[in-house]
Amino acid sequence: MRSLTDRPLPDLLRPALRWETGLAVAVILILVIGSAATPAFLTGNNLFNLGLSNGEIAIMTLPMTLIIISGEIDLSVASILGMSSALLGYLWSKGWPMPAIFVFVAVVGILAGAVNGVLVTRLRLPSLAVTIGTLALYRGIATIILGPNTVSNFPTAYTNLGINSVPFTGNDMTWSTLIFIVLAIIFGVVLHATPLGRSIYAMGASAEAAQFAGIRVKRIKTGLYMLSGLICALAGVLWTFRLDTAVQNNGLGLELSVVAIVLLAGVSIFGGKGSIIGVVLGVLAFAGIQNALLLTNFNQEATGIVTGALLLASVFLPNAGLFLSSASRRIRRLSQS
Amino acid sequence: MRAVLSPRRQQRPDEAASRTGSAALVERVFRIRESGIVVVLAVFVAITAAIQPRFLSATNIQFILVDTTVIALLALGETMVVISRNVDLSIGSVLGLSAYASSNLFGPHPGIPIPVVFLAGLGIGLACGVVNGFMVAAGRVPSLVVTLATLYIIRGIDILLFSGKQVVSASLPDAFLQIPRSTTLGIPNVAIAVAVVIGMGAYYLRTYRSGRELYAIGSNPEAARLAGIPVGRRVFTAFAISGAIAGLAGVLWAAQYGTIDTSAGTGYELQAISAVVVGGVAIFGGSGSVIGAALGALLLSTITTALYVLGISPFWDQAIWGFLLIVAIALDRTITVRLTSALRKRRTRHA
Repeated sequence: MRSLTDRPLPDLLRPALRWETGLAVAVILILVIGSAATPAFLTGNNLFNLGLSNGEIAIMTLPMTLIIISGEIDLSVASILGMSSALLGYLWSKGWPMPAIFVFVAVVGILAGAVNGVLVTRLRLPSLAVTIGTLALYRGIATIILGPNTVSNFPTAYTNLGINSVPFTGNDMTWSTLIFIVLAIIFGVVLHATPLGRSIYAMGASAEAAQFAGIRVKRIKTGLYMLSGLICALAGVLWTFRLDTAVQNNGLGLELSVVAIVLLAGVSIFGGKGSIIGVVLGVLAFAGIQNALLLTNFNQEATGIVTGALLLASVFLPNAGLFLSSASRRIRRLSQS
Repeated sequence: MRAVLSPRRQQRPDEAASRTGSAALVERVFRIRESGIVVVLAVFVAITAAIQPRFLSATNIQFILVDTTVIALLALGETMVVISRNVDLSIGSVLGLSAYASSNLFGPHPGIPIPVVFLAGLGIGLACGVVNGFMVAAGRVPSLVVTLATLYIIRGIDILLFSGKQVVSASLPDAFLQIPRSTTLGIPNVAIAVAVVIGMGAYYLRTYRSGRELYAIGSNPEAARLAGIPVGRRVFTAFAISGAIAGLAGVLWAAQYGTIDTSAGTGYELQAISAVVVGGVAIFGGSGSVIGAALGALLLSTITTALYVLGISPFWDQAIWGFLLIVAIALDRTITVRLTSALRKRRTRHA
């Protein structure tokens, strides 16, 4: 039996080297630095705004996480958001009742995801290429639906969902934040505590091995794309109500932010690795930095620099951990000889 | 493996002898991946011209050619990267930074020679490409993540430096703005220049050892490494070239549009990748050609113009574009699968 102290350095360091741990430290640092820089940071009002401006992105990271862990990618998410927003606006302007619109938009979202899923799994096309195609296609459909028009004047009962706070939370929590929390718990349980979740990891590690182990890879992947479509449609509805505006370019370019958060959260772009906790922390880090920079009068459009730098850190730091462990192994070998 | 050998696979003597001349010709044409896109392009042009003869007017063709140049250039660099089983998402941001920084030189230095401005753009792009290439090759991290990060960072630098400002055409010399408009024998000079650059790129990838090695790396990086190919160095070079070309395209963009702000080139990375994929370059590397990618760019720009000429609302552009992209990927996949199985069958027959 080896005692704890005999164990090689990397084993001891492993929990500390977990990406999620680092991310948690980063989030705490952002909170500390942010609140030191400006007292406005840790106020309920500011947290409310933070949740408001990042709610839809946060919600879309969840299905993206599952898809990337399963070894694929979905770049069409922001276009599905835009398409459902355009559809919502168009149908409302045509006098459809709101509940019927919701059902219709949800079905279209699921169908949009199903198209992605079928192209990727049945035709065996690379998901990167397919979803760049549907990114253009779905955004194009949004443009055809609305053209240059803008639809607003949605009923206040609904737009309130976009800007009001959840009752009993003391004006601190937006509906989109609540939806994100509920979905994150569901996604977390499914991914980490059910056979389905294990299957998703398995097919991300090796689709072929998963297939041979009896996992219905194609069916699950198609299902994940449909889920992603549905959730992005929901995000589109939230977005529309928050801004009280349906235009064809709602959420344009958001797919890269969503992917950036998921990768920042330590999910491997090659699939098979990552956790929902990490993604929740990634969302917090992303939103926290955006918000802290906003309060400190940093050029708001340039916050992408920080997102980009964090993204680079997310791929280089784990490698640095590997480098560290291989270096320590080498030192041990030298000291033994 | 097919791609590593040569785009036109060398025929074994027994194979050549057993086939009649015309069948071999048909097969050879079929096997050139670009033929599909040429057919699509021809059909598209024919239909549009039949409905609206004005489509084939000299001015319109000139317009399409000039309009294609920027994306075709970007697609050239992207092809080299994609062939090596990587992707460069940062080129739109590189184009934006280069377009602003280089055309901004005319303000304080009105007499600066135009070639110097092009060199400046090229240098900015090269610097960005070198950073990308270094991180991907030396850091051994996925290029999708690295270039997604630099997409944000380079655009952010652009915004930090030039936010709220604008280069207007009044501050640019006439000679610079005339670049996209000058023609030789009716053909726009930029189109000729870009065609020459693409020709050089095609020749390099096809003939040079280091060019062929990019295909080998894309087909199977591990095998390429074992075969003694300096994978890191080749990938680094591909990214450096892609960046430099994007920088060059930025200056061209500035000359074409005349008004430049920090949003220049946003989303161009996806357009370039679309052109590359429509042009038959496999997104996971190892096969495809620069000519195909250039034809892809030409097709996309032809479609946009054709819709305009036909009086179809430009709001249909993007949807048709996306649809075509998906069809192109699916077709390419089907052809590849068919060809592979046909080749396998023939091999067993001759064995």
